[in-house]
Amino acid sequence: MLSENVFVIGAGETKYGELWEKSLRDLAVEAGLKAIENAGIYSRDVQILYGSNSLAGIINGQENIGSLIADFSGIASGNIPAVRIEASSASGGAAVREAYLAIKSGEYDVAVVGGVEKMTDIFGNEVLDMMSSLLDREWEAFFGATPAALAAISARKYMKDFNVKKEALAMMSVNDHANASLNPNSHFKNKITLDQALNATSVAEPLNLMDCSPVTDGASAIVLASESYLKKNKLNGMRILASAISQDYLALHSRDSIYTLDSTRIAADEAFKRSGLKREDMSFVELHDSYSIYGLMELEDLGFAKKGEADKLVEEDIKLGGRLPVNPSGGLKAKGNPLGATGVGQFVEAFLQLKGKADKRQVKDARYGLLQNMAGTGSTSVVHIVGGD
Amino acid sequence: MGELSRIWRESEHRYRLMGNRCGNCNRVFFPIRAVCPHCHRESIGKMKPMELSGRGEIVSFTIVHDTPPSFVRQRPYALALIKLDEGPVLTGQIVDAENDSIEMGKRVRSVFRKIGEDGKSGIIQYGYKFVLE
Ligand SMILES: [Zn+2]
Repeated sequence: MLSENVFVIGAGETKYGELWEKSLRDLAVEAGLKAIENAGIYSRDVQILYGSNSLAGIINGQENIGSLIADFSGIASGNIPAVRIEASSASGGAAVREAYLAIKSGEYDVAVVGGVEKMTDIFGNEVLDMMSSLLDREWEAFFGATPAALAAISARKYMKDFNVKKEALAMMSVNDHANASLNPNSHFKNKITLDQALNATSVAEPLNLMDCSPVTDGASAIVLASESYLKKNKLNGMRILASAISQDYLALHSRDSIYTLDSTRIAADEAFKRSGLKREDMSFVELHDSYSIYGLMELEDLGFAKKGEADKLVEEDIKLGGRLPVNPSGGLKAKGNPLGATGVGQFVEAFLQLKGKADKRQVKDARYGLLQNMAGTGSTSVVHIVGGD
Repeated sequence: MGELSRIWRESEHRYRLMGNRCGNCNRVFFPIRAVCPHCHRESIGKMKPMELSGRGEIVSFTIVHDTPPSFVRQRPYALALIKLDEGPVLTGQIVDAENDSIEMGKRVRSVFRKIGEDGKSGIIQYGYKFVLE
């Protein structure tokens, strides 16, 4: 049965950033229409729509995101199914996976995934309380935990147990900013020095502002299609070679290790097994580095370094011209982290990279990419491998 | 009313550190679980309530500077993962200590304190925090 190969045939996104003038629906529609136009199809060709979003219910007071996107993208008259997929900050990757499965099953030929988050409709630190809904509200956030605080707790123990210096974490952010400075859609356009990364305002010790992804508005969308649809319409695209998702305990304190992301490790192993590819085949990776420490942990749990040794990669290997370019888009720290859009945005970047259209941040001879999207402190991870012929 | 009942529902567990123990494998859980994640159906009907000592050690910690509105008046505060002597790890604040004196591995015990300032419902929330031993 599971026979259809699945391709991404179009991608589009809004600028990421603090977009005061744009509403939730403005953003979603802009990205969706760009993706459909980019795919060279018509709205009426879309057979199913997946919205991905994390916090619109509490930030914007808007649920029913699937219908909202379908309606204002002008496809409500087609009466196609439109639902919203929610897995907190992994909503995007999870929604792409649902679309992938829908096409792979043979049930649909063309699907759109639209990820959107409008976070700046809330002022000051109220948004921090809402972001803490990614955690266990009753047993983490109730006692004063925030996403940054829990990342900091992991960071402190990681740095001590493996004798890793704070510089290694900071280098992840330096790399993100360097790449984002070449991405016209990124939240931040400025490069930062190691000194700036190390000496910013403290958020949750040992993490400072430069270790933390910003509060970002934005939307990203992709169009997926079956191989038979591609052939019939003489289109081409980026193949999704493997899609894997895994789950862990919701609360950080329930896990065996506070610096091993089992959900990432298991999803990555599954994705590599299914794709038949090796770690060294990857031309680039897009990591869910919502906090700098997670970038290091993820490189390890994805199998690119031994536990505690990712710091060896941060000097040279992760740069655009390095052995394993990390976050050519600018990553969550500098391209930005509009929760529900973030994982879809990784696909937009991969699509540009593998088409050779990433301009100044193009990874040379890009052939395969790995995309990792994660919820909260690691309760869900989605790993996709894309590319090939 | 929704928030009030949400807080009241967990109050016994937060006030008295009530966890439970799996009668099949003897693992202890906090907060309580309806089913043991290791024994699954073998644990059904065998999860027994258990009051925890509140003593344990610091696994790791952070000093939180950027806080949600209900914790602004406490900042900066120390937040830690505490491994209780009975086994479970939980998340809580460390109070009555200079931030410099907090270290991984140090012994702590639980105390009963006010947690957040007035929430949306205007009620004061209580629960456990920890002090150095
Ligand atoms: Zn058990």
